[in-house]
Amino acid sequence: MDPILEISGLIKTYADGTSALKPIDLDIRRGEIFALLGPNGAGKTTLISIVCGIVTPTSGSVRVDGHDIIDHYRETRSRIGLVPQELHTDMFETVLDTVNFSRGLFGCGRDDDHVETVLKGLSLWDKRDQPIMNLSGGMKRRVLIAKALAHAPRLLFLDEPTAGVDVELRRDMWGLIERLRETGVTIILTTHYIEEAEHMADRIGVIHNGELILVDRKADLMKKLGRKYLTLHLQDPIEAIPPELKDWDLAIDETGQTLEHHFSTEEEQTEVPQLLREISRIGLEFTDLNTRQSSLEEIFVNLLQERR
Amino acid sequence: MSQSAFPRFNLYGVRALYLFEMNRFRRTLWQSLAAPVLTTILYFVVFGNAIGSRIGEVDGVSYGAFIVPGLIMLTVFTQSLSNASFGIHMPKFSGTIYEILSAPLSAFEMVIAYVGAAATKSVVLGLIILATASLFTTIQVEYPLLMFFYLVLVAFAFSLAGFIIGIWAEGFEELQFIPMLVVTPLTFLGGVFYSIDMLPDPWRTLSLFNPIVYMVSGFRWSFFGTGDVTIWISLAAISAFIVLCMALAWWIFRTGYRLKT
Repeated sequence: MDPILEISGLIKTYADGTSALKPIDLDIRRGEIFALLGPNGAGKTTLISIVCGIVTPTSGSVRVDGHDIIDHYRETRSRIGLVPQELHTDMFETVLDTVNFSRGLFGCGRDDDHVETVLKGLSLWDKRDQPIMNLSGGMKRRVLIAKALAHAPRLLFLDEPTAGVDVELRRDMWGLIERLRETGVTIILTTHYIEEAEHMADRIGVIHNGELILVDRKADLMKKLGRKYLTLHLQDPIEAIPPELKDWDLAIDETGQTLEHHFSTEEEQTEVPQLLREISRIGLEFTDLNTRQSSLEEIFVNLLQERR
Repeated sequence: MSQSAFPRFNLYGVRALYLFEMNRFRRTLWQSLAAPVLTTILYFVVFGNAIGSRIGEVDGVSYGAFIVPGLIMLTVFTQSLSNASFGIHMPKFSGTIYEILSAPLSAFEMVIAYVGAAATKSVVLGLIILATASLFTTIQVEYPLLMFFYLVLVAFAFSLAGFIIGIWAEGFEELQFIPMLVVTPLTFLGGVFYSIDMLPDPWRTLSLFNPIVYMVSGFRWSFFGTGDVTIWISLAAISAFIVLCMALAWWIFRTGYRLKT
């Protein structure tokens, strides 16, 4: 299947010489949820803004559904929905008016059924006649999503969609994103909440200093770069790691009662049983053991630290 | 690749943006109408009645009637500039411009919507001022169709200029800078309250360098069949002004000046 978004050799250098994007090459598959991770100022919003037509690229090409974003901007923009990071909306308009406005702006005629479905899906239907300024921050963010969905886009950009929203709303948003994916919408989201990417994304891209340093399936990424931790609670404290275990990647805590071993997920099958046998052989008794896998957040932080 | 399906002209988009701007006008109807109408009434009371009664006639027209076209132009200039500049500046200021820039709208369509809405408001205001003026003095419009066409033309030209100012301005002070410090003085010196023939030289000759003279004169010509310059020169001047503004607008959208980073 051809990608819905093809970015090739995309460069953005601002007038003051700041290089916001180094050559970026990225294909987004139809129907996937792609999470773009990166620290502040990494270039996530610049990349999204170029695809949406808000920022002019310096060079390179971007195609949406096979159409070039410059030569066929009407075709590309009509297929894209954008939920911006900031709560930019006309505060004096009512919810219904602003969503109908967005629909018209993107070249669609009035469709009350579609707008009603969108508003109901976002729990905004009861608020449809309210001026936006009367809504809470979380509700305003829902309005922005409703505006982005008003013209039924095929590619949806969510720039930090859950920044500053409460846990309940964040869970609602995740549910909404899942439902959108089920209808065939491709979703690209940027987020600071790695948990969000871990929960939803099919693939993950990491951008740092304008450079796309990694793109992989979430599961493969966790497997390749993920670490596992085996923690043993010893019956009696030890002062140092026994010499028989010095070749193992082990650490003891301050109390001398907890022994921790780090290993890659790929080594899981062989290392753990071998280490446990060795510990048993030297007569080290333990009362409890547990394992945990490194989170995407830890992988992300490690990746960035390696780059610094 | 999906088939191209988007129409060549985004009529729904233009309509949405136009109605959005008109809705803003409706929301602020009281301020939008009351201030210009009240100002015009004051001009009539002070200049038309108090001072005008001592002036008598100018170019064969009573002074009260003589100043009507100029006063309408004064309102149309200032309202067109402020409505259009505010219309595009507010989305820039509030950040909602992201939606306009990311919409499948061409620069031409955007200009039609914003400038069209601002010009519509100015034309409506101009006609209301005309109706208000008729309560104070007897006015006969010799060429009503030409008067309306000219009113639309001037409203469009100054709305276009206002649109450019709205993009250029980085803050609200700059938004007021050209209307207050350039256009208003030129308008007062542009024959709103007098015929430039009443001025001694070199002021009369110098006045001919003021583009507002041609705008006011043309509009007055449509009322009384006389003006400081012929109607053709006025029409040529307003057309040149529109071409200049269109060229500037085209350059702004081509380069993304103060719209896109």
